[in-house]
Amino acid sequence: MTNATPDIKSRLSDVGYFANDGLATALQLALNLGRPLLLEGEAGVGKTEIAKSLASILDTKLIRLQCYEGLDASSAIYEWNYQRQLLSIKASEFSDRDATELEEHIFSESFLLERPLLQAIRQDKSPVLLIDEIDRADMEFEAYLLEILSEFQITVPELGTIKATTIPHVILTSNGTRELSDALRRRCLYSYVSFPDLERELEIILARLPNIEATLAGQIARFVQALRKEELEKVPGIAETLDWAAALCSLNIRSLRDEPVKLQSSLICLLKTESDLHSIAAEVTSRLAGEAA
Amino acid sequence: MQTLSHPLTTRTVGFIEHLRMNGFAVGPSESEACLSHIIGKTTGERGLDHDRMKALLTGCKEEWDSFDKLFESYWIGAGKSRERMKKTTPSTRTSKNLPQAWKNHFGDDEAAEKAPQIESEGGTEVGETASGRLIAVDQNTRMKIDLRQFVEPDEIAAAEALAYRLASAIRYRLSRRFYNSRKTTRLDMRRTIRRNMKHGGTPIDLSFKAKPQQPVRIIVFLDVSGSMQHYSRFFLQFVKGLVCQWAQTDAYLFHTKLVRVADAMSDKNSFRAMTRLSLMAEGFGGGTKLGDCLETFNRQYAKKTLNGRSIVMIFSDGYEVGEPDRLCEQLVKIKKRARRLVWLNPLLGWQNYQPITAAMNAAKPLVDHFAVANTLQSLAAIETDLMKL
Repeated sequence: MTNATPDIKSRLSDVGYFANDGLATALQLALNLGRPLLLEGEAGVGKTEIAKSLASILDTKLIRLQCYEGLDASSAIYEWNYQRQLLSIKASEFSDRDATELEEHIFSESFLLERPLLQAIRQDKSPVLLIDEIDRADMEFEAYLLEILSEFQITVPELGTIKATTIPHVILTSNGTRELSDALRRRCLYSYVSFPDLERELEIILARLPNIEATLAGQIARFVQALRKEELEKVPGIAETLDWAAALCSLNIRSLRDEPVKLQSSLICLLKTESDLHSIAAEVTSRLAGEAA
Repeated sequence: MQTLSHPLTTRTVGFIEHLRMNGFAVGPSESEACLSHIIGKTTGERGLDHDRMKALLTGCKEEWDSFDKLFESYWIGAGKSRERMKKTTPSTRTSKNLPQAWKNHFGDDEAAEKAPQIESEGGTEVGETASGRLIAVDQNTRMKIDLRQFVEPDEIAAAEALAYRLASAIRYRLSRRFYNSRKTTRLDMRRTIRRNMKHGGTPIDLSFKAKPQQPVRIIVFLDVSGSMQHYSRFFLQFVKGLVCQWAQTDAYLFHTKLVRVADAMSDKNSFRAMTRLSLMAEGFGGGTKLGDCLETFNRQYAKKTLNGRSIVMIFSDGYEVGEPDRLCEQLVKIKKRARRLVWLNPLLGWQNYQPITAAMNAAKPLVDHFAVANTLQSLAAIETDLMKL
């Protein structure tokens, strides 16, 4: 349970994250109930950034577990320090320790390497635990995660059960590349994160790039909003918008109508596949720029 | 938690029941959390309470999208709606109401007993002794058959068993990093250390980790156009078997449109599954536009469905009315995301048949495995090929 104040939305905006009402409420509820929050949405809508911002406003540590195919317990939970163990065994050759004592020694806390999940439950102050792209992990790992998320304890055969000293604020993100199990979904609060609307996107650009001119920022936001409606393989996210805005500033472009050639070349910041670059031809760019200006 | 006497408690319990009736997976723990953390602390501000309930009571994008409507219908007086229940209850529709377009895709018992030969333009079918042999049946008789009656326990069981066998044949694929690795296994340091304590820590007896195996994901596209009507019944059984037996399967039917049927087919009750399928079939009929259908798939589902462990299986005779180039373009997109592309063509079982349609010719270079599939036996025969994929 946390002491977070109800104005989480304004606190998030103070650290540069502009959440809508639904997302802010879901976050607040997750903090109040001590339940994990599952965030789904397209890549690039700012799911990972929420965890960073939350850690920032709660003034606590962010512990991140990046999921991938084949993620196993030794990368996610804990691992023994084998090099140290081997050295210790060698060093004990001339000591009086018997085999049982030696075994107990090398499988003690001092030889344990904490990985993100174990690290997260052993903090003095509740950290934010970000389990990123859970859909990339295997189903077996997802099943294991269920136990940790409901009991907040981890069993190490050699040491016994380690209970959480503090309950972390857990944020899970998924890009929807595979269906998550109902059991995992039921343990979490849920929020679907969409691309920001025009106003929010403009706020983000102005907050992240304080030196940008308001007119250009408005044009960029409108251009990107219109671009997302085109048929694209990879729709540009907010990170791409910020990259593009920064690129335009560095190219000294003051209006999207000014320099069509430079504008077209700068689209590599927004469009990340060959077919997308091909489909947004100069004519399309100038039409979108004209509408945005 | 709030007591039952709280004015909002009964209403909220009713709302949770309302969500359940509309297919939301809301359990007692969500109900308890809702009552204790939302109703007890309600601000009277509808927007805030709505947002809180939405975060607490939804679990996936579909629920997220439909929540607003259900919330409004319940709390703002539009009344309860039970749309989904209406759709899935078999008793709500009679055979008379079933779409005619589908009836051609299923045989019937009577016709099956008669077992006439295929009325083909290209020749007679090879291997006619097969138990799952495909037949051309009398049009008039077939038109009278209720779609749901096509379910025959024996054939379903045989098709399901075969589906499971084929899926098992391509069940696991090693991760690329292990597959490419020259080393046969990875050292299990934890066990090695324990085992070699007796040797003073010198690693003499080594333990190895088993190679992790990842299940493949099977995506099936089944052509249910007019030209495939004799085969649809058989293939549908096979696809149903695959969907029911194999967790990681996604199934689509296509004609001039694409319909995702994995959810409907995963219903273990075959009768109900077929009723759901017939409800989805409305509007189908005419030729095959595989190119258009695959474009829909690539736009809406590919990102979520395909990955490096996906095997895409297309059951079609390749009689495409769309542009072959368009089909190629979409197949290339699928190939970029999926591991393998398998095309099963029932017409290959005919004597003298050559896949010479423009669409088939255009697609062939992109297909990893092209095989005949017109009987259970012929499908079973591809098992060894699938194992190599």
